[in-house]
Amino acid sequence: MKTTNKWAVAIGALVLAGSALAQKSASDGIAEYRAMLQDGNPAELFEAKGEDLWKTKRGPKNVSLEQCNLGKGPGVVKGAFVELPRYFADTQRVQDLESRLLTCMETLQGFNAAEIAKTPFGKGEQVNMTALATWVASESRGMRFNLPQAHQSEKTFYEVGKRLFFKRGGTHDFACASCHSQEGKRIRLQDLPVLTKNPGDGIGFAAWPAYRVSNGQMWSMQLRLNDCYRLQRFPYPGFGSDATIALGVYMGVNAKGAASIAPALKR
Amino acid sequence: MKKSTQWTLGLAVSAVLLAGCATAPSMAELDQLTDQIAKASFSDKNIIKADKVLNTDESNRLCSAADMAGAPLDDATAKRLEAVNLKTIKWPADGKFLGDWKQGEKTAQSGAGATWSDKKVGVNGGNCYNCHQLSKQEISFGTIGPSLYNYGKIRGVTDPGSPASKAVVEYTWGKIWNARAYNACSSMPRAGHNGFLSEEQIQNVMALLLDPKSPVNQ
Repeated sequence: MKTTNKWAVAIGALVLAGSALAQKSASDGIAEYRAMLQDGNPAELFEAKGEDLWKTKRGPKNVSLEQCNLGKGPGVVKGAFVELPRYFADTQRVQDLESRLLTCMETLQGFNAAEIAKTPFGKGEQVNMTALATWVASESRGMRFNLPQAHQSEKTFYEVGKRLFFKRGGTHDFACASCHSQEGKRIRLQDLPVLTKNPGDGIGFAAWPAYRVSNGQMWSMQLRLNDCYRLQRFPYPGFGSDATIALGVYMGVNAKGAASIAPALKR
Repeated sequence: MKKSTQWTLGLAVSAVLLAGCATAPSMAELDQLTDQIAKASFSDKNIIKADKVLNTDESNRLCSAADMAGAPLDDATAKRLEAVNLKTIKWPADGKFLGDWKQGEKTAQSGAGATWSDKKVGVNGGNCYNCHQLSKQEISFGTIGPSLYNYGKIRGVTDPGSPASKAVVEYTWGKIWNARAYNACSSMPRAGHNGFLSEEQIQNVMALLLDPKSPVNQ
């Protein structure tokens, strides 16, 4: 209720500010709007749910995720997010946060990873996946991205991600780079982060998972990439597929030193 | 089949291609690996066919490589690609270059269609305002492309049907049909060539840009 009120006030204020605000500086207006909402970010609800899910005995094996190794050792959550995606020896794969959580859900809890991977976003176990990712990310809030690049697979995935980032195709000939390689550009009124370098603290890779005000949904990085590819008129990227992970490595390594604000609040 | 096997397919690709990869792969191997990973990662959904998108044309392949290298194409290659793209332009069958600017404004505003959430091919938007300023009234415009406010006026188009306007009118048609005919690695979508706008829609967008009565030229 409290949150709802705050939102109504914030939206009302924005409407009152009206077109003069929009004409003066649309992005300043949006930034103000976000600031007004910031102390009531609904992502908190997903964080709390994710923490609970992490500690709860679940799945066919009735085990919690507390022994899940996110890259810094079994059960170490703090700081894990800002070092993902990374190479994991047990799966012999480079994995991002969500694909790694999926591995833990399969190996520790006995869930069927393939089933969850093909479940649409916002349905079934994918709802829990989003909450878990939100909580894990929140445990690294304020920490700086520092993806490992020591293993050859991590270096290779960076190079693959770079190639995918610049790959044009589809009816609109779009690549990720079409929108995210030049400074100071926007689509409509939305500022676009430059993702070929460190775009700054809490921008681009350092902002997701994020709660989206426009549709009232919590979005993980996997969903963010999925919808980017939809708008890019590309085919459907598989959940946790190597293409999405390679792009994560490319953006994450480029964002080295940027502070994570995830889970952020977005338009 | 395709979607359900994706998770495991991803595993297979990684295991085969990466496990034995202790030394750094060559540029050619990385290109090949990228193609394999893309093929395994993307699937058909509704109207979007993965093969068609991933196996794109030479213009896109060469421009992607140039973009990644951060260096423009050499002049000879750029000229060659522009000539290839120029040949694809279809001029209006009825000789009519300009339609109705009001309809053109609707097409310019719309970003609809051509995604995998579309179950069938419908009337697509032009996505124009996503990247360009057009009329002064619409303040929600993007800046990836140049402002097109007063497009016709600045170019001195008072009568789009006049011989004096012919060159500008034809260039504008060609640019919308296939922007890469004039700038080999332009970021602008090839609306006519790739078929996401119809000839009639292009005539209407032409009017939005060039009709002296259009809000773009006020």
